[in-house]
Amino acid sequence: MDIELRNIHKRFGAIHANNDINVKFSHGRIVGILGENGAGKSTLMKILSGFQPADEGEILIDNDIIDYTGPTAAIANGIGMLQQDPLDVGAFTVLENFIYGGVEGITLKRAEAAARLKDLSRRFGFELDPFQPIDNLLIAQRQQLEIIRLLALGVETLILDEPTTGISADQKDILFDALRRLAHDEGLVVLLVSHKLEDVIDLCDEVVVLRNGVMVGEMDMPVSDDNLTSAVIAETKQQLVTMMFGEVLEAQQRPQYEIGAPVLITEELVVHDQRLDMQPITLTAQSGEVIGLAGLGGSGQELFMRACARLQRIDSGALSFDGQSSLKSSYRQLFRRGCVFGAAGRLEEGLIAGLTLTEHSALVSDDKLQIDWKSVEKQTASRIDRYRIKGRNSDTIEQLSGGNQQRVLIGLLPDDPKLLILEQPTRGLDVDSARWIWTQLLERCQRGAAIIFNSSDLEELVTYSDRIFVFYAGQNHEVPDVNQTTIDELGHMIGGDFNN
Amino acid sequence: MNEEFLNTLGSIIGTATPLVIASLGETITERAGVVNLSLDGSLALAAVTGFAAAWTAQEMGLLDVPMQLAAGIAAAMIIGALIALLVGFSSIKLRRDQVAVGFVLTLLAAELARFLGADYTRIPGPQITRWAIPILEDIPVIGTIFFQQNVLVYFSYFLMFAIWFWLFRTRGGLALRAIGERPEAAYARGAPVQRLRYWYTFLGGALVGLAGAAYSLNVKPGWSSPPAMQGDGWIALAIVIFGGWHPFRAVLGAYLFAALRAVSSNIQTNGLFIFGQEINFPFVLLNTLPWLLMIVTLLIVSGGLTERLLQYMPRGVQHRLRAFLRSDPPKALGTRFEAE
Repeated sequence: MDIELRNIHKRFGAIHANNDINVKFSHGRIVGILGENGAGKSTLMKILSGFQPADEGEILIDNDIIDYTGPTAAIANGIGMLQQDPLDVGAFTVLENFIYGGVEGITLKRAEAAARLKDLSRRFGFELDPFQPIDNLLIAQRQQLEIIRLLALGVETLILDEPTTGISADQKDILFDALRRLAHDEGLVVLLVSHKLEDVIDLCDEVVVLRNGVMVGEMDMPVSDDNLTSAVIAETKQQLVTMMFGEVLEAQQRPQYEIGAPVLITEELVVHDQRLDMQPITLTAQSGEVIGLAGLGGSGQELFMRACARLQRIDSGALSFDGQSSLKSSYRQLFRRGCVFGAAGRLEEGLIAGLTLTEHSALVSDDKLQIDWKSVEKQTASRIDRYRIKGRNSDTIEQLSGGNQQRVLIGLLPDDPKLLILEQPTRGLDVDSARWIWTQLLERCQRGAAIIFNSSDLEELVTYSDRIFVFYAGQNHEVPDVNQTTIDELGHMIGGDFNN
Repeated sequence: MNEEFLNTLGSIIGTATPLVIASLGETITERAGVVNLSLDGSLALAAVTGFAAAWTAQEMGLLDVPMQLAAGIAAAMIIGALIALLVGFSSIKLRRDQVAVGFVLTLLAAELARFLGADYTRIPGPQITRWAIPILEDIPVIGTIFFQQNVLVYFSYFLMFAIWFWLFRTRGGLALRAIGERPEAAYARGAPVQRLRYWYTFLGGALVGLAGAAYSLNVKPGWSSPPAMQGDGWIALAIVIFGGWHPFRAVLGAYLFAALRAVSSNIQTNGLFIFGQEINFPFVLLNTLPWLLMIVTLLIVSGGLTERLLQYMPRGVQHRLRAFLRSDPPKALGTRFEAE
């Protein structure tokens, strides 16, 4: 199957998300779709997979104009998309998810479907227990299930949206092997939406780059054999970055500064959890230090961070913040003494949907009974200015884009905290926005704050951390020498492989 | 076994039946992601409508008795379904809050029932009578308890199995559960999310209407003000939670509640004897007993207490027990869905 997109336009209000996109995808090829946040790559893929209609333009499958609306119609035409957060039902078992969406019959015919599932997963080396509930599965397994499900429905074009976020290096190898087989041996079109350049260079045969809704370039990737030297990779990467941003970004370096007195000390800290067997954690964070926590989602790092901020129950051990035991403190008390927790769920925990930027400012202004709106308005305006937020005082927070919401969140942090505990501070942001966030954070480090953060982006961890702790199924290990650790090694560690 | 005791159990099954039907109806509505909070008012309005329709048919000499009753039941089901559709329409189409709309409709329907029912207060009308199932009724113990009842009770047995089968054994059931858990996933698989939500809200509402008719045509025949079933709508909503949105557990909950009620009314009539000693205390408090126990069980089933208790069990058993006691509500319950 070959696909051609002709003159695709899509507007959201004033934003021209896709502006006259023309592109061809041929069978047997793995194509990377690159672009920074808001470049329009997700929109384009949603149009192709039927989740959104295009305003203008045509989709041609094998040179015929095909008109379809809705994801089911797209699948019927052979185009299926694996979402970043796979669209499965958490309360269902693997088997039920596999069956649901197929067409034949009233009853479920479980045995037949189970055999089919087993057959398909064996073909790609996936390990899926048909009777596990989805809620107990790792992201990687949910992706595998979704891929198998789409293949069973006869999909010939497979679109994957950021599939390598939150999975380990080994899981990535399995996924990439399967994708290579699907494209190169079975002739499928595989489209990979990603902002991880290493992955794109490793996997893709060619890339298409979007910037501000416009297609700015196409490029063949160097053949991914053994001759893929690090020099070639670095050069390709530079070319891609230039295409994506229209400028050459310098690699960001950690500024050097003094590491000071201990801010947070945990000794044999055992965090309470029903599902994980949490091992004791001993860690000291010093002023000026950045500590990165690596691990697949739900390996215990989130619980540990919440325990440090006293938002999670502690079973045993010692915890002290700024020289005082904080086992009996509440987060409110710690916050007043300079410990700040930033949650990953921007709109769920970090910010309040429905409140305006001004109202958010008022929440963090002083504790007086009556709000001085005039001065709060001024503070808000200066925050917008200083943090380069695209928005106005009277905008509610959900009207802002994700990147701007994150800027607001960072802008609301106190100027001189002693400890910042941050969940995924740059989740979903493009390289440029992420760097900007880190500049702000490191400034606070320089003034004496300690930072503890987690991330599913291993490059971010390696770049910014002084020390890294790897969490795996409730266990924790400190990485011996961060400067000598590669992203690949870290990727194996978060999958539980600590030996090499 | 003691014949009198068996008869008591049988009457508990009988009086529990409206609760069974109402909570089964609400279970499927909530499985689809819609909360119909109007149950308490719906029951009353359906009861008075059902009674009025059957009585009018009788007075006018229309139809024979079974058909008069059928007319009453049909009228009640239509009322229940209409109120549910209002909840569905205002949340799906008008994007209003389901809880707020349901709550207002509860009050409206209850008051409407009082007002419209004024002319029908305390007059005799047609009743659904007992009809024992031949052969089955002769089975020792079970026959006396379960098969010397009326048609509505037999229908409630059928309903429980039918809903269970639909939910867990058919593709349609997968779609029903999916639209309540993650409508986006259901949409991506081609389910007409909004249409299915309307349909299951309608169906659940019709069953609530049937439950209303079960009061006025059988369990507490006739109409009185305040209505005999006052409060049972809320109980049915609690039973849905107690039942973990599972039809078998919901039915168990309804029977348990009816049994507690029977115990407390028995004590009130006959007094409480422990070791032949009569215990004296304000028996009126016993009326609160079923409610109190309902709250306690709800706390155990849906609170963190189960988790804490489970911690003392060996790890292997924990896993299975938790699955059995699973009481997570459908994840998209009470939320709106919009296709992108």
